[in-house]
Amino acid sequence: MNNLLKGALFGCAIVCSTSAFADTVINGAGATFPYPVYAKWAEQYNKETGVKLNYQAIGSGGGIKQIIAKTVDFGASDAPLSKEELDKQGLVQFPAVMGSIVAVVNLPGVKAGELKLSGEVLADIYLGKVKSWDDKAIAALNEGVKLPKTPIYTVHRSDGSGTTYNFTDYLARVSGDWKEQIGVNKEVAWPKAANQLGGKGNAGVANFVKRTKGAIGYVEFAYAKTNDLAYTQLKNKEGQFVQPTMAAFQAAAANADWANAPGFKLILNDQPGADSWPMTAATFILMHKEQANATTAKDVLKFFEWSYANGDDLAAELEYIPMPDNVVNMVETMWHSDIKADGKAVY
Amino acid sequence: MDFPWQGDTLFRRACFVSAGLISVLMFCIMLSLVMGAYPALAKFGLSFFTSTDWNPVTEEFGALNALYGTIVSSIIAVALALPVGLGVAIFLSELCPAAISKPLFIAIELLAAVPSIIYGMWGLFVFAPWFSDGFQIWASEHLSDVPVLGTIFTGPPMGVGLLTSGIILAFMILPILTSLIKEALSTVPKVLREATYGIGATQFEVIVKVLLPAIKGPIFGALILALGRALGETMAITFVIGGAQSIDASLFMPATSISASIANQFNEATGDMHISALIGLGLVLFMITFVVMGTARVMLRRKAQ
Repeated sequence: MNNLLKGALFGCAIVCSTSAFADTVINGAGATFPYPVYAKWAEQYNKETGVKLNYQAIGSGGGIKQIIAKTVDFGASDAPLSKEELDKQGLVQFPAVMGSIVAVVNLPGVKAGELKLSGEVLADIYLGKVKSWDDKAIAALNEGVKLPKTPIYTVHRSDGSGTTYNFTDYLARVSGDWKEQIGVNKEVAWPKAANQLGGKGNAGVANFVKRTKGAIGYVEFAYAKTNDLAYTQLKNKEGQFVQPTMAAFQAAAANADWANAPGFKLILNDQPGADSWPMTAATFILMHKEQANATTAKDVLKFFEWSYANGDDLAAELEYIPMPDNVVNMVETMWHSDIKADGKAVY
Repeated sequence: MDFPWQGDTLFRRACFVSAGLISVLMFCIMLSLVMGAYPALAKFGLSFFTSTDWNPVTEEFGALNALYGTIVSSIIAVALALPVGLGVAIFLSELCPAAISKPLFIAIELLAAVPSIIYGMWGLFVFAPWFSDGFQIWASEHLSDVPVLGTIFTGPPMGVGLLTSGIILAFMILPILTSLIKEALSTVPKVLREATYGIGATQFEVIVKVLLPAIKGPIFGALILALGRALGETMAITFVIGGAQSIDASLFMPATSISASIANQFNEATGDMHISALIGLGLVLFMITFVVMGTARVMLRRKAQ
């Protein structure tokens, strides 16, 4: 009995002593879309500074809930909150990194980057108005491409996701019918007129498109690339057909008007510029304006400062688009002016 | 030493507390589901159970799509698994030598230990392509003119949908069904078998006329337990049901189930009404399971009398 008690006390002492020397840990939770790049940044950052990032990819909805409940140091969301929502909860928001979405098809004989689509036609396909691949609307954009008389199967995400939010946002921008009948959300009532099918996650959508002849889907570019899916060209705002390349994504990001976006609420779809890829989206970080602990807040901001400065190559490796320098400057100015602990600027 | 409480009393009270805890837990789950679902139920009223709208944009929610998918896929699963489960159980306990019976039975029990996500992945990546090429294309070519079958087995051969979900579920409930039926068969007294053989019955007659009628009740109980598992199954179904909020006469079409809808949408649901509607779905599933189990008890009691 006595020995047992001693053992228990000894064990307790060990636990207490190790926790006293624990590394600095930043806690974050939210969006799954940027998880791979946050993980990569965190790994490298940990090697250089010893600071650990504990990021739980539980989804944007969960990230927003957790930051409001203050159970994490920062939240992450794919869909930006509006200025009013931010003010209501006393939060600030800034973009961390960008990604892009591509349309992918499964048409025998049609190679990646060969098929041309416009936003209107893409919306009509998902609305179920264009039901066959040899439809005039598609053929008009694709002279010289042999299109089969195959029914179109539209594949969407069955789980709520930021990718769906950005995709439906793009369709709503280019198609009045989409905006009126369907709308924009992380999960929408998909038109029943189309032969629709829902896959879980990017992997689910990629899998269905790969397997179903005549299918079209939307996935993050990295997924299309690693799975060898036949992505399409898209017509951008200037009427140019562009291929999904890093240069086209960066063009969209550079042409975006961040300076006039209150609370950095900016969706990068359908940006101007002859080279801009039309489906590009940023993913966001949420933090409280009033910080209880200045050190913790500073640790979080230092991590993102480091990532903005040193994480570009790591992001590009994973097909993410780093934030342009002028946007980073705006973000860091906002940190200084808006994030405070005891009335003093943290950063 | 003289304890005020004897071991017996202590044991009885501990058991009582454990039993009480279960009831309290049940009540708390029920209460939190009702509280969570209240905003949606208050807004949509009864139409929450009868509406096929599910639109997170306009915040119009109805549970019927998911309810339909849950019930139909579970019924398909039970209908497919029952004959196979019966066959396996009879083979194991009556027909095959003990040397094979043991390892075979262990193999079946092992099926129950496979995590459901594995069934989902297997269903999506292995079974669905095969099912599409092997059955769906054939069915849409040959059965389209047959009444009823033509309606049930048409549609795009995508390999996923209600029927696929039902089949994957059937695999998942097979172990529990088999082991319960085998267990029931082993409770039939040996004398009964010997007596029937004694009056000149064949093996087939012994099984069909004596053994099966003797375990009718337990078979029914096993079916209900299996149905309960099928109704609540989540991960496997989420992968293969196709995730479409719609009701279709064709079993090849994608659909959704209650658990799949919750698993798919809860993470990213930000609207209060959306979350409330999802919890409402949970409440509906809770009630279905409750009714199924309740009916089973009543019917079993009637049989016993």
